[in-house]
Amino acid sequence: MVDMTLQNGPRGPKPKRAFTRANIFIYGTLLLVSVYYLLPLYVMIVTSLKGMPEIRMGNVFGPPMEVTFEPWVKAWSQACTGINCDGLSRGFWNSVNILIPSVILSIGIASVNGYALSNWKFKGSEVFFTILIIGAFIPYQTMLYPIVILLREIGLMGELSGLVLVHTVFGMPILTLLFRNYFASVPEELFKAARVDGAGFWRIYFQIMLPMALPIFVVAIILQVTGIWNDFLFGVIYTKPSTYPMTVQLNNIVNSVQGVKEYNVNMAATLLTGLVPLVIYFASGKLFVRGIAAGAVKG
Amino acid sequence: MTTTLAPPQARAAKRPVRLFRNLMSKIALVPMILTALVIFVGGTAWTVVYSFTNSRLLPRLEFVGFDQYERLWSTARWVISIQNLALYGFLSMILSLVIGFTLAALLDRKIRFEGAFRTIFLYPFALSFVVTGVAWQWILNPDFGLQNLVREWGWTSFTFNPLNDPDTVMFGLLIAGIWQGSGLIMCIMLAGLRGIDEDIWKAARVDGIGTVKTYVRIIIPMMRPVFVTALVLIASGIIKLYDLVVAQTNGGPGISSEVPAKYVIDYMFRAQNLGQGFAASTMMLVSVLIILVPWAYLEFGGKKRG
Repeated sequence: MVDMTLQNGPRGPKPKRAFTRANIFIYGTLLLVSVYYLLPLYVMIVTSLKGMPEIRMGNVFGPPMEVTFEPWVKAWSQACTGINCDGLSRGFWNSVNILIPSVILSIGIASVNGYALSNWKFKGSEVFFTILIIGAFIPYQTMLYPIVILLREIGLMGELSGLVLVHTVFGMPILTLLFRNYFASVPEELFKAARVDGAGFWRIYFQIMLPMALPIFVVAIILQVTGIWNDFLFGVIYTKPSTYPMTVQLNNIVNSVQGVKEYNVNMAATLLTGLVPLVIYFASGKLFVRGIAAGAVKG
Repeated sequence: MTTTLAPPQARAAKRPVRLFRNLMSKIALVPMILTALVIFVGGTAWTVVYSFTNSRLLPRLEFVGFDQYERLWSTARWVISIQNLALYGFLSMILSLVIGFTLAALLDRKIRFEGAFRTIFLYPFALSFVVTGVAWQWILNPDFGLQNLVREWGWTSFTFNPLNDPDTVMFGLLIAGIWQGSGLIMCIMLAGLRGIDEDIWKAARVDGIGTVKTYVRIIIPMMRPVFVTALVLIASGIIKLYDLVVAQTNGGPGISSEVPAKYVIDYMFRAQNLGQGFAASTMMLVSVLIILVPWAYLEFGGKKRG
């Protein structure tokens, strides 16, 4: 045992003996912890496939005796929030209509910001950037009401386009940082050569920088899609019932005090709301990790 | 990551600054400059100024000194909110770091199915707090959830009903919050562990230091920057705590799981008491600054001089 670890080091190829005490401990712990992480997903899925009589009999954790997709249909097209009973579909389409322009606008602006900040510095540009980054740490609560006033002034309060602007503003610090760091790592000779050839600000951006930065665009898209889809705070403040995004509508459906609680419909609605970020997560794999790492690592 | 500032000689080499130099760059940065100045600086300053007024339904510039703050700190709901956040924040920091590091260390032991485990631990992070809160509200439901399951197994006096007990409701929120966020900390820790030189491990083995002892005495001290990053990340998330509470308990039972962010929003947009909302949000800003300024000083202040 000692010899083997000496030769291979702890990170060498996996030792042949599988059932050492250390291995049993490692896999045992990991499996146990996995139960905690997987339990909610499992419970949501089985609950959403049961009928209400079966749920009232108890045992949330058992698989459904009779699989029914009715709760899913009901959650999508009939569940009630207040007086509206057209289900989550309205929230879903609102979220889509918020998401697409927000992602395009925020990433478009932030990528130009990052490019300008790393290649076209001027006196004061770093100061504005520093303010922007500090702004990312200020609690949103201190800026909520001034934004209400601004949106009212330009007539966008309660509108989807108003919320798009809010997402663009609050996505800007982290995305700008992401693109600025990326463009700063691009060799300066490339930029200089283009300058010598007479290319201007936008031409260098569109023809040289943009094509090179595609991977970082994918990371930014993952970051923004999950972030904006999962937003609740801005949605609840800057929209009205007819423009509520999906998360707000989900909360209103599940936590409404009127009527009989239909747990299976609630869980189907919850899964529907979580579906978009989950698909992004499972489809993007390592890029998702890069995205959140980019969001996490300070600049 | 490093923040690259322009090297001094590059700055000096520039021609004298004129308004039109780099004009396109300045135009392109207008949205960013507006965001930074109008919303981040202007908005924050506006809220701080109006927190000294007696604004109710609409903002009014009638200054009343520290009245709003006095009222704030004599409101039971605010005091409870602060206590809740302190408890939640403290436990959430400790648990996230311990769980995140332990999982990362286990995954770093050259195991099989590492990718699968990592996917399982991280997927909750893709979900929103609303989804998290609603899901755990269901699992912790006393009539159908965990409590009921254990009772059906035969332990009929088993009680686990955190969401309906004012004394334990914050722990119910904590279970859900940790579930959602610890995967991220694990990821950061794992990246940190992967950045540690293999020779350190070899040297520790040669000296006959046990695995656990190597982690505690050598690896963790080496990972100080990673821990700091993780802590800042957890802390900034904790202050934002709002959606989870709204979805899982809505502040109940009674006001026993209220948090500051919810106080602000309820007073601004529901109770139509803007002054209270502004004062409470200013307090949140102050508490962030208390955490942030020493950290920024330690992190960036030292380096620049060195």
